[in-house]
Amino acid sequence: MTLDWPLLSLTTFLPTIGALLILSFVRGTEEEVARNSRWVALWTSIITFVLSLLIWVNFDTTSAEFQLAERWEWLPDFNIAYSLGVDGISLFFVLLSTFLTPICILSAWKAITKHVREYMIAFLILETLMVGMFLATDILLFYIFFEAVLIPMYIIIGVWGGQRRIYAAFKFFLYTLLGSVLMLVAIIYMYQIAGTTDIPTLMQTVFAENVQTWLWFAFFASFAVKVPMWPVHTWLPDAHVEAPTAGSVILAGVLLKMGGYGFLRFSIPMMPLASEQFADLVFWLSVIAVVYTSLVALVQEDMKKLIAYSSIAHMGFVTAAIFSMNEQAIAGSIIQMLSHGVVSGALFLCVGVVYDRLHTREVARYGGLVHNMPKYALFFMVFTMASVGLPGTSGFVGEFLILVGAFQMSTWLAAGLATGMVLGAAYMLYLYRRVVFGELTKDDLKQMLDLSPREVAIFVPLVAIVLWMGIYPASFLDPIEVSVNHLIQQYETAIAAAENSAAAMAAAGQ
Amino acid sequence: MTQVYFIVFLPLLAAIIAGFFGRQLGDRGAHLVTCSSIVVAAVLSWYTFLSMTLGDLEPAVVPVFTWISSGEFSLNWALNVDALTATMLIVVTTVSAVVHIYSVGYMHHDKSQPRFMAYLSFFSFSMLMLVTADNLVQMFFGWEGVGVASYLLIGFWYHKPSANAAAIKAFIVNRVGDLGFALGIFLVFVATGSVLFEDIFPAIPGLVGESYSFLGLELDMITTMCILLFIGAMGKSAQLGLHTWLPDAMEGPTPVSALIHAATMVTAGVFMVCRLSPIFEYSEFALMVVTVVGASTAFFAATVGLTQNDIKRVIAYSTCSQLGYMFFAAGVSAYQAAMFHLMTHAFFKALLFLGAGSVIHAMSDEQDMRNMGGLAGKIKLTYAFMMIGSIALMGFGVPGVFGFAGFYSKDFILEAAWAADTAVSDYALWLGIIAAFMTAFYSGRLLFMTFHGKPRCDEKTLAHVHESPLIMTGPLWILAIGAVLAGIVGYPYFVGHHMAEFWGDAILVLPAHDIFEKAHHPEFWVIATPLAAGLSGFALSFVFYVLNPALPGIVARTFKPLYAMSYNKWYFDEIFDFLFVKPAFCIGRIFWKKGDQGTIDHFGPDGVAARTRDGARLASLMQSGYVYHYAFAMLIGVVLFATWYILSGAA
Repeated sequence: MTLDWPLLSLTTFLPTIGALLILSFVRGTEEEVARNSRWVALWTSIITFVLSLLIWVNFDTTSAEFQLAERWEWLPDFNIAYSLGVDGISLFFVLLSTFLTPICILSAWKAITKHVREYMIAFLILETLMVGMFLATDILLFYIFFEAVLIPMYIIIGVWGGQRRIYAAFKFFLYTLLGSVLMLVAIIYMYQIAGTTDIPTLMQTVFAENVQTWLWFAFFASFAVKVPMWPVHTWLPDAHVEAPTAGSVILAGVLLKMGGYGFLRFSIPMMPLASEQFADLVFWLSVIAVVYTSLVALVQEDMKKLIAYSSIAHMGFVTAAIFSMNEQAIAGSIIQMLSHGVVSGALFLCVGVVYDRLHTREVARYGGLVHNMPKYALFFMVFTMASVGLPGTSGFVGEFLILVGAFQMSTWLAAGLATGMVLGAAYMLYLYRRVVFGELTKDDLKQMLDLSPREVAIFVPLVAIVLWMGIYPASFLDPIEVSVNHLIQQYETAIAAAENSAAAMAAAGQ
Repeated sequence: MTQVYFIVFLPLLAAIIAGFFGRQLGDRGAHLVTCSSIVVAAVLSWYTFLSMTLGDLEPAVVPVFTWISSGEFSLNWALNVDALTATMLIVVTTVSAVVHIYSVGYMHHDKSQPRFMAYLSFFSFSMLMLVTADNLVQMFFGWEGVGVASYLLIGFWYHKPSANAAAIKAFIVNRVGDLGFALGIFLVFVATGSVLFEDIFPAIPGLVGESYSFLGLELDMITTMCILLFIGAMGKSAQLGLHTWLPDAMEGPTPVSALIHAATMVTAGVFMVCRLSPIFEYSEFALMVVTVVGASTAFFAATVGLTQNDIKRVIAYSTCSQLGYMFFAAGVSAYQAAMFHLMTHAFFKALLFLGAGSVIHAMSDEQDMRNMGGLAGKIKLTYAFMMIGSIALMGFGVPGVFGFAGFYSKDFILEAAWAADTAVSDYALWLGIIAAFMTAFYSGRLLFMTFHGKPRCDEKTLAHVHESPLIMTGPLWILAIGAVLAGIVGYPYFVGHHMAEFWGDAILVLPAHDIFEKAHHPEFWVIATPLAAGLSGFALSFVFYVLNPALPGIVARTFKPLYAMSYNKWYFDEIFDFLFVKPAFCIGRIFWKKGDQGTIDHFGPDGVAARTRDGARLASLMQSGYVYHYAFAMLIGVVLFATWYILSGAA
């Protein structure tokens, strides 16, 4: 379907326009500036979300092509263009970004009191960059968005973060930098071979097998850090702990998905032979991530760290699934990423609610909140269960499809991942018990009030999505199906072609 | 068949209303909504059951809407009703209705009654989804759903640390079983390309003899499937090894114990094996495993039940033991007998639990039988109900004339084990007979310690002892009638002459496994031995706890190791704690401190940063500001460069 107006660009850059509005028109006393910035940011992000829903409405679920495509020549001499498009793989990541941004802005309503204007601007810019990254169909454009996302995130952690924010921001930066440099080198190399940076063309380009290996590792270095995979995960707990609540939500909700999206968009279609060859490596790292980080999560004393470690475990499911290369596994990996985006975001918001009241994340300081915060207890329970992967919630559909897919790949892989089902239940329920259940004995806790209407308004849409994805996931599985099948077909064709040519060469050699 | 919508979804609706609008509705409103919807569901279930098994209602699948569809992995939310489901429907809704109404009285002091009622209704919904599933994944949905309901209800009194610990334990131990269940589902899907029963069952005979590489082992495909699925059943039905959560689950309010941890949820494993009989039938080895595990559990749990002092724990171990009977019945392909015992057991065990609840209620929340005694005269009705429940459990009756419910169902299981006549079925038969002896002993012990002798409680409690109100005793009549009559009425249909029409195609038994003909004509000793074992067990308990109350102490001291073994539940909790729980925390801490911080960070980012700092310091040292230092450095550089250039040029 084609529209006669650039829906994708509009969705991408509307937040920036909002940010510019705040920058140029919001004036007055500090309080007025803060208030107006909040409202402008909220409305901008809500309108952006509505626009992104139009993408979903106009999306043709029977096609694996990039749709609603836009293309403007940028550097025509170099064959580099500004081009956007959406397919079944990127569609819901865009929606996830636009869905979480208003929630983040709303969650920071009271929590952020200094430099509110700058905070809102940072979030809106971040939204543009995230959406642009998922929509880019030019690899250079993708790279620019992909790297630029780091800047507002770095600022959000570094300015509005906790006490050790400098250490965390630095660690975050150091890890991601290394991967990024290698990826840039790989992109330049690919450009030299293919003569273009157009993603659909690059997907058709066949790179030699040894070249694929190098390219694959260069991309892997970047994406593995983002996911993050074991053992390059240690930046995440620190970044989460120091980031403000909304920063954690975006970090867990969207930024981690950039790695998974990268594997699906680049590694598998462009380097299929290397993907097949190094799948075992990914499986090992994924299973280690699931077991290792789940056990580490079990002993955490900081609520945010615990959830951060659980994120690594959940993303371990995703990376294993992506390289299992069958329909259930890949569809499952996308659903799991979406679900994790919503659920882990919601869990960080749950931590934020009590952090705003008591200003500590230490589990031991809490206990018995169910007595004076029953609404909070209910929401927290729903998200806990979704994180555990209870059937009927979003967490189940992704996890179960992944395991079905992984089982077809290897029973070892499925069994290794499935231990996460048990361990995940252990650390989440243990956390919930220590925070919410028990006697309410501490005096400062007794003062805490239950959720405000604003906070309820934040959680209700999240619960709705969690249940929708759990009970009627067809809304999400249908649009991605064709693209997923196309991806697998493309991959299998490439593998078969390589085998044929190897056989032909062997025959010729005899 | 539209009534099945109401049967399943009315409790869900009630749970939502009572759960979210409990404050507005008040206690009374919540009671009304939840109780009325479950009663309606129960009436409709009976209607469905009777018109299916006696009338001409055909089994059917009512689809609701698509759930998950990804390539071949495709399934609907659907409500499937056949004889097996219909039996479960009446068991679940009847006991649930009784428990709902009973709870109105039992919980009347509690300040969060709407929440309690909502949980009960939510449980009923999940259980009904489980039994009406037409595919393995929906069964798994119900399976985990009842697990959550159980978790929430065990931890209902969330201010108690012991209740919270028990709730988590129940969930996690069940999850271990569910892991097996999930892997089993995956294997079924890989083998047959579907998770729908209607596709799976016809595909199974074609898989006989196929092998599958599971975790590096070449195993028989069907056997592997069955064992994995059975691990799930073991978790939910508290079979040996995965049973440790059930006794602890007694931390929950007593109506919960009756509904979830006796009559319905814990029987889900038995139901699963029966539902999947078209798979299990094709693996001799899997059936052997089911038999051995069931028989061992029946025996093990009975030994522990002998020495427990908490009235609810005795009944909990008894439940565990009876579930073992059901499993070994299934293991010898007498699935119908397993379902029969499941049905009768639901009545008398719920009766025993609710009776125990009535005792606890009367005793101001005392559960230790050592502090009871002499209550028979004060709470006559409860005493009568407990007596009926116990007789039904012990399986007393006069062969050929009349017996209480357990007499028919338990004895038939033993007859089936005898008829199967293999090494494992003989194992099951003899352990079953020994367990019957112990069952009678601990049942008698429970009755005598609680109701007979002199009161051992303090004055204040004794003065307060009172019969429960009508709202609690009323519903027990239904269970009591069931405990008395379910056996004699159900026998012809479940396992007797009408069984073929009754079950239809719901259960598959291969002709080679069909022991029913032989089991209907047992030798005399097969009938007499269990009865004799039961009577002598009961008589022995009479000697121990009525005639000579000093005797138990003497026996305990004489056989101290055995007594300790039984009293400490064979040390399962201690062993598991040592093997799994402590190491998990310990390894987690090592990974965190030594792995993440000590290794990855140390050599990774922190290391890089430190080296950079060192490098910077070194560099700053060199910037001494003296020109001759720089000149010297430049000179060395020039010399090195020249050397390299000459050498490489020469080469």
